[in-house]
Amino acid sequence: MKLRSAITLASAALVIAALTLAGALPSGAADKVDPVADAKAFRKFFTDKFPKVKLEDFVNGPYSMNEDLYRQWQEKEQFPPYEFSLEMGKEMFSKPFKNGKTYADCFPNGGIGVRQNYPVFDDKEGKVITLELALNRCREANGEAPYSYVRDEMAALTAYMAFTSRGKPMDIKIPDDPRALAAYENGKEYFYTRRGQLNFSCATCHVQSPGERIRAEVLAPALGIVNAMPIYRSEWSGMGTTSRRFTTCNSQIRGVPLSPQDDEYRNVEYYLSYVSNGLPISGPGARP
Amino acid sequence: MASTIRVRATSSGETTEVQALIQHPMDSGFVKDAKGEIIPAHFIQQLTFEYDGKNVFTADWGGGVSKDPYVKFAFKGGKKGDELKISWVDNKGATDTTTAKIQ
Amino acid sequence: MRNGMLNFALVLSFLASGAMPARAAGSEDDFKAAYAAADAANKEAGKLRNQWTTTANTLAAAKKAADAGDFDKATASAKEAEALAKASIFQATSEKTRWKEMEIR
Repeated sequence: MKLRSAITLASAALVIAALTLAGALPSGAADKVDPVADAKAFRKFFTDKFPKVKLEDFVNGPYSMNEDLYRQWQEKEQFPPYEFSLEMGKEMFSKPFKNGKTYADCFPNGGIGVRQNYPVFDDKEGKVITLELALNRCREANGEAPYSYVRDEMAALTAYMAFTSRGKPMDIKIPDDPRALAAYENGKEYFYTRRGQLNFSCATCHVQSPGERIRAEVLAPALGIVNAMPIYRSEWSGMGTTSRRFTTCNSQIRGVPLSPQDDEYRNVEYYLSYVSNGLPISGPGARP
Repeated sequence: MASTIRVRATSSGETTEVQALIQHPMDSGFVKDAKGEIIPAHFIQQLTFEYDGKNVFTADWGGGVSKDPYVKFAFKGGKKGDELKISWVDNKGATDTTTAKIQ
Repeated sequence: MRNGMLNFALVLSFLASGAMPARAAGSEDDFKAAYAAADAANKEAGKLRNQWTTTANTLAAAKKAADAGDFDKATASAKEAEALAKASIFQATSEKTRWKEMEIR
């Protein structure tokens, strides 16, 4: 009896320790995860800070923060730099795999007009699935090699899928499942945690300093920040995915980036997308 | 194969405004690739817009112009329905040309 | 953020002063010990998913100096790398609770 209770106690302690380390249990004793309240507070913070910006314009990032940038961007949108990637994405999306199937077979509604639902919580796997991850899994399920998460092909495909959802409001769901809540909370924690030698969190730039400059760039507000993805960045002279932005942000603050589609990245995308629910999809986008 | 040149020309009576987006790597010849080797220079050297048999705009470019360049200009004249011819030549001798109707 | 920066500076200076043995010149053994300690700390930071790019760069610089035979420089770099790695561990552990201070409520 003594041994059994000792083992039970030890296992319980291990479980608690493991859960605490993994961040699955919120650190505050009385804190309950309330995404609805979070999203409301998040939106209010930015609309209070920028009362002259229309809610739907927050998805335009730095362009809604600076009049001169906005004017230049409007002109550029007549001949957007992401056009070539978008066209390539459309072609790639409809081209069948070697086994005859297409991307449409992997997605609801054939993959058209569904981007606003991603990331989505998968209850079989107990994890969050992003659009990029879903695309590569589709490839692998059909005998094709996966694409790099940060480069052109993935950007082209997500550009096309985003384009078919343009104007639709972001619509992320958190099902009544403790694992989904944990993923959301983990994403929130990642967003506010400072990292890298420069000791920045995502919030340092996108909550504390939107509209201000970091070196020569005007910072975008966190509200609606993923709605324009993927983006053609002049700085990159090319397209980049959400994965590309997360990894480069990390290295810019001197933190070693995680691997694209690691749990933390999937979860922070889940969090950021959820708190931007209701704002329109504007992707693919162009940025300085 | 699709043209590398996207163009839109709009006439407002006296002047015609032209916008063009050209797909081209515009490699300067100074950038190294991931292996540390120089990516050879590959850029448009001349871009011309022709209307009614005359060059209304000529650009002489070098490696300093960015990838997928965008050009916008206006010229006196140009009637709706008339054609504008756009061509470019790069340092490797490759060319592309397209025509667009003025709207 | 100001407070955080001061904390790190304090941690770094504390670690730097406490970690030096009283020896005039660095030997290969000194370097090996310092490098092993720095590497171990950096691996621990890796487990916390919070390594710094500067830690990796400093470790590489230490190795490069050692390969060139300059063990003074190599040991100094290795100790700096250890300090950086330890600071990144401190950051990760303190941020586990401090992140909530930044949260929009």
